[in-house]
Amino acid sequence: MPLASYQTSVPVVVDDVKCIADKGCTVCVDVCPLDVLRISDMTGKAYMAYDECWYCMPCEADCPTGAVTVNIPYLLR
Amino acid sequence: MALDQIVDGLSEVSCDVLVIGGGTAGPMAALKAKLKNPKANVVLLEKANVKRSGAISMGMDGLNNAVIPGYATPEQYTKEITIANDGIVDQKAVYKYAQNCYSIIEELDSFGIRFLKNENGDYAVKKVHHIGTYVLPMPNGETVKKALYRQLRRARILISNRYMATRLLKSGDGRIAGAISVNTRTAEILVIKAKAVILCMGAAGRLGLPTSGYMFGTYENAANSGDGYAMAYHAGAALANLECYQINPLIKDYNGPACAYVAGPFGAFTANNEGSRFIECDYWSGQMMLEFYNELLSGKGPVFLQLKHLHPDTISEIENTLHKVERPTRGLFQQGRGVDYRNESIEMHISEIGFCSGHSASGVFVDDNARTTVPGLYAAGDMASVPHNYMLGAFTNGAVAGIDAMEFADNHDFAEFDAADVASERDRVLAPTRREDGIPPNQVEYKTRRLVNDYLQPPKVTRKYELGMRRLAEMRQDMQEHMIARNAHELLRALEVQSIMDCADMAVHASLYREESRWGLYHWRTDFPEKDNENWFCHTLLSKQNGKMTSEKRAVEPYVVPISDDEKDLYDRQRIRASA
Repeated sequence: MPLASYQTSVPVVVDDVKCIADKGCTVCVDVCPLDVLRISDMTGKAYMAYDECWYCMPCEADCPTGAVTVNIPYLLR
Repeated sequence: MALDQIVDGLSEVSCDVLVIGGGTAGPMAALKAKLKNPKANVVLLEKANVKRSGAISMGMDGLNNAVIPGYATPEQYTKEITIANDGIVDQKAVYKYAQNCYSIIEELDSFGIRFLKNENGDYAVKKVHHIGTYVLPMPNGETVKKALYRQLRRARILISNRYMATRLLKSGDGRIAGAISVNTRTAEILVIKAKAVILCMGAAGRLGLPTSGYMFGTYENAANSGDGYAMAYHAGAALANLECYQINPLIKDYNGPACAYVAGPFGAFTANNEGSRFIECDYWSGQMMLEFYNELLSGKGPVFLQLKHLHPDTISEIENTLHKVERPTRGLFQQGRGVDYRNESIEMHISEIGFCSGHSASGVFVDDNARTTVPGLYAAGDMASVPHNYMLGAFTNGAVAGIDAMEFADNHDFAEFDAADVASERDRVLAPTRREDGIPPNQVEYKTRRLVNDYLQPPKVTRKYELGMRRLAEMRQDMQEHMIARNAHELLRALEVQSIMDCADMAVHASLYREESRWGLYHWRTDFPEKDNENWFCHTLLSKQNGKMTSEKRAVEPYVVPISDDEKDLYDRQRIRASA
């Protein structure tokens, strides 16, 4: 059966200016318990690829440059 | 390369002791096993990353069940936990925990984890339970995982992150032989031969659907999808008292507690909409949850955690703990809602259902050596049946499991498994990747968990359970025939849904088997509303026998610490009676 994707605002926001994933950093991707972060092929920066967040904070707490912000998902804000 | 592209591959490794799950119990089990025999190989397999996995990913505010000389005795603690669980407790394991946990506290202290002390240098233990005093705050509780990780590196434990174990392997004579796992980013299969296996895979936290509708907004770390329960079941191990659900009082819409364990000792309390207390004690028990539930429905709800009456400095101290550890986004959530604890109470609600011995009494059945009913297979932490474990129980029983498992491994050679078992498991795991067309895992999961909410949430009604069972069977068929996974990450979710479905089936089966009500809200059956000690003062053990889900009674072991008649119902008297 045909599939469609639907829009969702994701809770984890990465500041591309501060993110150093293009220099080889993978800290946020490594620590995420739900494995929802990836490095973009296009920008070389980290981003939230899957909307499956537990809003637990390791990505924000462990980011060496303070580039990651965890927001409360809209559905429960 | 496309995101999470599926790679075809199968490899095999071997080790002496395999620990599955690197949250709380797992690291301690691995460490103790390795220290017992430094020459042996210990592998710690983790679905996420050991650095930040499990229930204490962001640390913990304190120990909720510390039995500290001078404040409590193992006898008192064993008695309290027995009463809190309506008597259905094999005390030997609880008593052993109570005896051992102080040495684990000292060991954690040596790892650099600090515990609150008073001006005399004594541990500043707080009272939250109904009877005894067991709560010990951890001033640098956010550093727990880091401290553990350092110890694992120092001991040279082999850590394999991002591997999800899917099934256990056994020999023809029923002994454990290893496990099959899948890489969550490539879908490559890894077979691990082991002489002993310890399951430390956490709660079944993705069973019910949170009322926010956000699938991953669960109380438990959402990675805890009940894989350990499913694996133990399919390996033929017995699971105890699964009808004793976990249901917790949480901040409404947010997936963390308010939290009375932190704020209670400072003078905060649970209140109804009239600002009155209605429960005697904020310690999480089924009986307390039943009163909480009744109050919500009585017209006197909502229920709140009240702390605005406290001194602003005290509130700041509480806030500092609540917004820093365990669930630090708690502060962000309250900020978004415009809630300031100084002038507003915290609205609370009850969580979705799950399995978790951390706060209830269900789990893979283990004895006081953390042994399951399968030789060479161990379990510890939230998924093992020692009741009201909490974090310290996971550490302490994880240590017990690690030592006993290494002893087992030292005395046994590898058991032989059938290669056909690996082949058939590989087919099962990869089946969703081989379909061209079908239903994505998130939809199978959402629908399954919505059915869990609709039909399985207490109060448990037999007719609803029968309907739920029928609908779940239809869902299982959809899952087996139509679920698709288009990349390795989606495959991870597809495998998790299968664990969730197994846990839902077990929840139904166990709940229908016990024809009485017990443990307050956790197992409240409207068709059997009374506690029936004559017929049901026993454990129930669920297992797979000849391919079929089966339940049986098992007698409660004779008590080590006797409970007198006037003590045994203390937890049934949670509601505050109107004063004359």
